[in-house]
Amino acid sequence: MLEIKNLHVKLEEEDKAILKGVDLTVEAGKVHAIMGPNGSGKSTLSYVLSGRDGYEVTDGSAELLGEDLLELEPEERAAAGLFLAFQYPIEIPGVGNMTFLRTAVNAQRKARGQEEMSSADFLKEIRAKAKELKIDADMLKRPVNVGFSGGEKKRNEILQMAMLAPKMCILDETDSGLDVDAMKLVADGVNALRDEGRGFLVITHYQRLLDHIKPDVVHIMSEGRIIKTGGPELALEVENEGYAHLKAEEA
Amino acid sequence: MALPQAKQDATEARLDALSLPEGGWSAPARNEALARLRAMGLPGARDEYWKYTRPDTFNSVEVPEAALFEAEETPVFGERGALRIVFVDGVFDAEASDELSLEGVSIDRLADAPDIHWARDIYGVLEARGQSPVQRPLAALNTAFATDGVLIHVTGTPSRPIQLVYHHRDTRSDAILHHVVKVDAGAKATILETGPAAARFNKCMEVEIADAGTLHHIRAQGRDHERRAATHVFARLGRESVFKTFTLTVNGVLTRNECVIELTGDDAVAHVAGACMGDGDFHHDDTVFITHDAVNCESRQVFKKVLRNGAKGVFQGKILVQPGAQQTDGYQISQSLLLDDDSEFLAKPELEIYADDVACSHGSTSGAIDEDSLFYLRARGIPRGPAEDLMTIAFIAEAVQEVEDEDLQEEIVARVAAWLERRRG
Repeated sequence: MLEIKNLHVKLEEEDKAILKGVDLTVEAGKVHAIMGPNGSGKSTLSYVLSGRDGYEVTDGSAELLGEDLLELEPEERAAAGLFLAFQYPIEIPGVGNMTFLRTAVNAQRKARGQEEMSSADFLKEIRAKAKELKIDADMLKRPVNVGFSGGEKKRNEILQMAMLAPKMCILDETDSGLDVDAMKLVADGVNALRDEGRGFLVITHYQRLLDHIKPDVVHIMSEGRIIKTGGPELALEVENEGYAHLKAEEA
Repeated sequence: MALPQAKQDATEARLDALSLPEGGWSAPARNEALARLRAMGLPGARDEYWKYTRPDTFNSVEVPEAALFEAEETPVFGERGALRIVFVDGVFDAEASDELSLEGVSIDRLADAPDIHWARDIYGVLEARGQSPVQRPLAALNTAFATDGVLIHVTGTPSRPIQLVYHHRDTRSDAILHHVVKVDAGAKATILETGPAAARFNKCMEVEIADAGTLHHIRAQGRDHERRAATHVFARLGRESVFKTFTLTVNGVLTRNECVIELTGDDAVAHVAGACMGDGDFHHDDTVFITHDAVNCESRQVFKKVLRNGAKGVFQGKILVQPGAQQTDGYQISQSLLLDDDSEFLAKPELEIYADDVACSHGSTSGAIDEDSLFYLRARGIPRGPAEDLMTIAFIAEAVQEVEDEDLQEEIVARVAAWLERRRG
């Protein structure tokens, strides 16, 4: 599904390397988690994969289903099936949530040569999916993320994911700012999307999200590289002993 | 004080080329307006309120040529079931107009109104009041020389809007129209104005709203690229009355829209809003002056300008709160979205307050499309062009939402969306 090889990335504006040779493969149907301390490059990885400006890839590759992601515009990556759930979803005053989502769904369908979704079908689907995530009609009508609580913003991300039905989902610290109930709601939304044909990359600081979204593989990232890969037990090890222990082990 | 010679010469040259229409009841008002104009002279580049907008082509005897523009779209607000009053290059077109009859309103034409007319108490009166403290010579010129216009007396609540439809068919046409609107106590109406009107258009609208009366005024200035327009709205509002005016301007080489409002009765509400889209050789000026002279009145000024390829936007907005106008709630925002480095926005917000229990806020910003928002939209699969369009429409939303009728809002947004899409090619 997602294949990252020897990825080196630096900031465009300054001569500062952030990713220093990341190798990572996420298979269809699997949930991979990346854990790591602040500044280890986790969020940078998610931005580089989704095509945000400001980063320069100096070496390596990233492919989605054999397609070179790094050559594509952000919207082309989305149409190819990549989805990033933002750590800090952006507020867009003046753009209705519903308008935004319908525009996005139909833009992706158009890019893939599919027919646009009718308003009636779209409404039916979004209402059903919003209900599962306890998103009320008012939230759908309001401008994108404007006035949403932290939990509402994250649920809105998952709603977008559900509507866009991507092949590869990256969740960037989706648990940040969530209380236990909100985290469970978000995790249920993600679990409902787990599927044979879909890959997940869950980026998080803490083990607690992984109690709800059970990963198949856990990677530890530090200073721009993946320093250890293991099963779910690796997340528990981090929880109990911290990152310093793993870094020391690597050294 | 004597006028500078150059100004006096320019004024006399223009006056020589014009002739006072046969007045009837309006003759005294026209003569007074002519005297006002002679005393103040036509606008000059050194005048405080003409620093950002060159007045020469409004003043000149010769009308700069404006090519005709055939838009492919159906005319804006065409499907509103309105009573249509059509002017072609400033000349009333009876054939194309509806019968000037509608329950709850009486409509006459300025050019053929009976000898004694209610409009006599308003025609030129509100314009004259609006000449102080800031002079508005083009409005005085209008009062003196207007060749036609409509006199609308709203006595009830007409079931349909009244629409003034302007067509431009002559590349050198010079139209001067003057409308008067009187809204009786408790009466309510909507007036729509659409179309490019003429190569050069000087339009004045005087609006008197009695206690608890309501007037909605929504206009779309024509899409002709080379047309010029100088327009004035003078409104005086009674107790608990409501006046909301919104203007959409798309294209036009030069537009100056002045709006002068006096809140004279307690609890009155005045909203002035505008959205404009300019590309290339486009200069758009909104000059607004709102006077609070009663207790607990609300005024809002919301102006949004989208500018690209060297287009220029101007905003001069003032709130004057007179002594005793307590509990005034004044709000003013002017913003521009600059889609490139060549475009320019000049804003001059002014507050002058002589009461102590007043809430007035104002703000002005200029900026580009927010890159973080753009990335968010693109990361969801919306290509850059449509994503920028969405952001642009979001930018003007606050102004468009000043239009109460949601169908009209939708039509305005659809027009803007189509304009943006054409620009992307």
